Amino acid sequence: MRRGRPAPGAVRKWGFIASFLAVPLAVYIIFFVSPNLQALQLALTNSRGISPDFEYVGLDNFTRLLDDDAFWAAVRHHGLILLVMPLVTIVIALFFSFLLNLGGGQKNGQLRGVWGSAFYKVVFFFPQVLAVVIVGVLFQAILNPQKTGILNSVLGLFGVDPVGWLINPDLALWTLMGVMVWQGVGFYVVLFSAGMAGVPKEVFEAAALDGANRFTLFFKITLPLVWNTVQVGWVYLGIAAFDAFALVQVLSVDRGGPDNSTTVLPLEIFRQTFTYYKFGYASAMGVALVFLVLTFAALTLRVTRRERIEY
Amino acid sequence: MKQQSSRLFGGLSHVVLVLWTIMVVTPIVYTFLNSFKSNTEIFGDSPLSLPQSWNWGSWGRAWETSRIGEYMINTIIVVAFSTFFTMLLGSMAAYVLSRYVFRGNRIIYTLFVAGLSIPPFLALSALYKVVDNVGLLGTHTGVVIVYVAFSLPFTVFFLSAFFRTLPTTVAEAAMMDGCSHTRTFFQIMLPMAKPGLVSITIFNVIGQWNQYLLPIVLLPGDRQDKWLITQGIANISTSAGYEADWAGLFAALSMAIIPILIVYVVFQRQIQTGLTAGAVK
Repeated sequence: MRRGRPAPGAVRKWGFIASFLAVPLAVYIIFFVSPNLQALQLALTNSRGISPDFEYVGLDNFTRLLDDDAFWAAVRHHGLILLVMPLVTIVIALFFSFLLNLGGGQKNGQLRGVWGSAFYKVVFFFPQVLAVVIVGVLFQAILNPQKTGILNSVLGLFGVDPVGWLINPDLALWTLMGVMVWQGVGFYVVLFSAGMAGVPKEVFEAAALDGANRFTLFFKITLPLVWNTVQVGWVYLGIAAFDAFALVQVLSVDRGGPDNSTTVLPLEIFRQTFTYYKFGYASAMGVALVFLVLTFAALTLRVTRRERIEY
Repeated sequence: MKQQSSRLFGGLSHVVLVLWTIMVVTPIVYTFLNSFKSNTEIFGDSPLSLPQSWNWGSWGRAWETSRIGEYMINTIIVVAFSTFFTMLLGSMAAYVLSRYVFRGNRIIYTLFVAGLSIPPFLALSALYKVVDNVGLLGTHTGVVIVYVAFSLPFTVFFLSAFFRTLPTTVAEAAMMDGCSHTRTFFQIMLPMAKPGLVSITIFNVIGQWNQYLLPIVLLPGDRQDKWLITQGIANISTSAGYEADWAGLFAALSMAIIPILIVYVVFQRQIQTGLTAGAVK
């Protein structure tokens, strides 16, 4: 066999690999990889808008970030959302999926979900399918601060004074988190239900036969067995906590207001880019956001790593 | 005694579940109902009551002013193309990366998957520049290509994992019989991968349909004729035509919700599987 002349089969294989990878890779590199790399470069410049003239300013953009009140407000808000929203969503979703899959008690020695669980799952999941923008406009009407706003009029029946859900700066971010939970719970109910369905029924039934009550069944059996799924949910929700762009943009007063009380980093990046055309500064903020997200992901993976339960 | 506590627990669980059902359903029903009401009814003493008459006028007005129909057609066109090409290019790349050994395989796979952990906000200004440079700003072609690029990381990640689970024997037998690599892919591997392809197609259709950030970056305000549905919806609450026309706003919102509701009711099982596919893995 002569060297340097591969067999025809190998040539065809290489040609095939190249032809299948060329277009996807080109599209991905030009429109995803390269903008991200350019952003790292832009973060070190004073680039404004699409003008090709800009200078390198070193880390100036990053030192300016340190003095930017809106930036720090946004970082604080991500911290609060990260602490509250995933936990609340997961607790509610775990509780619901437990009821829907195992909460119906035993029948013929089999554990079942409560009556109508299929229906509940379909209804709970629906908000997840709606665009965040739709949810935002929907809740503008519901959270209207007047006493005729729908939520306020319901509360009015119980004698509660009208609440400024979105116009009270101390309350607005909490209201937005409530909307995120409203939209997200159904997704995690379905996710955790799939996790619970993956556990053999005998495990639960054996526990129930041994006289475990629902409390024990939940905390000692179910939770450890679906822990992996909960962890995945946690990462998803954590990443969502660093987004929140569309909801804040559409639902909050003055896009991030009142008084920056609901602003988030993606919104500040968008504002710096398309309102002030500070492309360099916006990219520096983007780098800060990526840094926060990756730190969160790395910490989560370290902290929540547990022995996997074999069954 | 045990029976009794069980019944109490069952009853309480239903109370909680029904309460959440009401919380999910009320805003949507309220939107539909209000689209038929007059402003005085909407802001009257009983905002939760049925409308006095079923007045479809607001729907006509909303169709005109909100241009929902136009934006919906734009979105259908864009999402049809972008999902098709996402699936085509994504499955081609995933197939080669998961089933062929060659130098650079790992680097390319890692390059794709690394995209999963980068929020889209980092690249906003650079992306705007890139799309502007190639002359595709304000065009649907630009949106389609960018959607494909931003959907590839997850699509390649998911489909690579899926192709790896498929048996190799069928493809090998076909190759023995002289079937080309390309034909083996399209006629043997793709049909075998159908369940995975369906899930991830649904995932991409819904994700791209609901996308808001990329359209507002790529289809600026001066190209309103090109806008997509999410831009139209975000606009209805602020645009001038609705200052005094709340019924019109709710009608426009209903028009955006109803198609999704119908598709969801018909395909709810597939949609639930598709959207949770990435997380269950």
